[in-house]
Amino acid sequence: MFWQQMVNGITLGSTYSLIALGYTLIFGVLNIVNMAHGEIFMFGAFVGLMIAVHANVGLAGALLAAMATGAVLGYLMEVLALRPLRRRKVSELAPLISTIGVSIFLESLALRLFGAEAQSFPPVSSTQVFDLAGVKISMVQIIILAISCGLMLVLRFWLEKTKLGKSIRATSENIETANLLGIDTKKIIVLTVMLASALGGGAGVLVGLAFNAIEPTMGITMGFKGLAVLILGGLGNITGAMVGGLLLGVAEIFSVAYGVSSYRDAVAFGMIILLLFLRPEGLFGSKEQQGGR
Amino acid sequence: MLKIEQLAAGYGNIQALKNIDLAVPAGKIVSLIGANGAGKTTTMKAIMGIIKPTSGRVLFKDQDVSRMPTHKIVNGGISLVPEGRSILARMTVLENLEMGACQRRDNEVQSDLKRIFARFPILEERKAQLGGTLSGGQQQMLAIGRALMARPEVLLLDEPSMGLAPLVVADIFKVIQEINQAGMTVLLVEQNVRQALKIAHHAYVLETGRIVLSGAAAEIANNPRVMEAYLGGKKAV
Repeated sequence: MFWQQMVNGITLGSTYSLIALGYTLIFGVLNIVNMAHGEIFMFGAFVGLMIAVHANVGLAGALLAAMATGAVLGYLMEVLALRPLRRRKVSELAPLISTIGVSIFLESLALRLFGAEAQSFPPVSSTQVFDLAGVKISMVQIIILAISCGLMLVLRFWLEKTKLGKSIRATSENIETANLLGIDTKKIIVLTVMLASALGGGAGVLVGLAFNAIEPTMGITMGFKGLAVLILGGLGNITGAMVGGLLLGVAEIFSVAYGVSSYRDAVAFGMIILLLFLRPEGLFGSKEQQGGR
Repeated sequence: MLKIEQLAAGYGNIQALKNIDLAVPAGKIVSLIGANGAGKTTTMKAIMGIIKPTSGRVLFKDQDVSRMPTHKIVNGGISLVPEGRSILARMTVLENLEMGACQRRDNEVQSDLKRIFARFPILEERKAQLGGTLSGGQQQMLAIGRALMARPEVLLLDEPSMGLAPLVVADIFKVIQEINQAGMTVLLVEQNVRQALKIAHHAYVLETGRIVLSGAAAEIANNPRVMEAYLGGKKAV
């Protein structure tokens, strides 16, 4: 029972991690919380579903389409909703409000395009279930785990080793310094927002697979969970986002498994509040606030 | 090499620079001295395009760079070691140096890295350490090394001695002199006027946004007004 729930929790948590990573990356370079991230995630889920239903390209195709959609939405958001504000050097609250506007717009657009009803994901993978010493793990779970962990590992490596990845890290640490080192920070910001949104879109497909139901309002709940993980892990900390997501997933599943299912969100968020009492800077956060716009 | 003509710049309604003129000839060290708030850092930021001048020009090799984005100016051959060093604290020493060369497309980065390590052996020893764990003097050396990794033709240094112990300050000035002797053109902003004038060829004195005095460094050092205001009395030097 315990290990079974652990597997379920980690599977769910890995999708949370993926979503939280999107928040973290954008927070890093822009110092804002992207309130539209949940809606980009939801859009990714719907586009993935549409592609899977109508274009018979399998899971990989659906995932790629969802990530591409996320990237395009991210690009549009940066160019239309964030950059104009940055140029005028308005208060940091303005871009936050701006992303809330984007989120409302995207949700309405999704209602219009896809309808208000929950839709179920087509069976894009086999429903086979494996039994590992009493712990049941389904093919879908394996796929979700493999994709989200794979994406996170690649991202981690990419940020650590490549020139572009290092440029993103430098920009998120101090944008003026990055600029002085000859980094085109404008380009890095666009790239980061697109990358974060692509991860969000991809997570949409994975969550769609996990819950087998997607609807236009799912962005809000998911968005809040991602946000909670961002804070739990420590603002702008990549490792924190990954671990925090897994923790939240496990906490949720366990609260369901041990009989308090109607309080699953309350239990999970209650834990976050508790943890923040003990470590206000988050699990992996540093004491002093760094990073700039 | 670098020439500033009638440059004015400011923040909002505050005019920090009022039409200053300044020239940095190739191969020389030029010191820009002045009190707090005189506009020294603003001059540096305006040269780098971090703040856009309201009027005037910045000529680098006879080309106006005053409206260019910062990263293009760096690409063109001007590097700034900013005030307070601005080390990337969460990246390693090696990564900091690599980021200095991030806009270069040639394949001599590795050999330049070796040269930097030869000049600053402490950086090689600590290359796997996070930048934030270095001492102030080591961070200053890292900041200078990082700026050199961009292969600039002009090196701007903003208060390199700030917050450092006297012995370390002497080290830093020695390094600046050595870099200059190796052919680098240097524009140095300093509050440590005595040291700055000792290694400089030319000097400019900035007061509340205006150049009030300029000339050969030795002359400036013997100017009674400078001696009184910056060198602590008439008998100094």
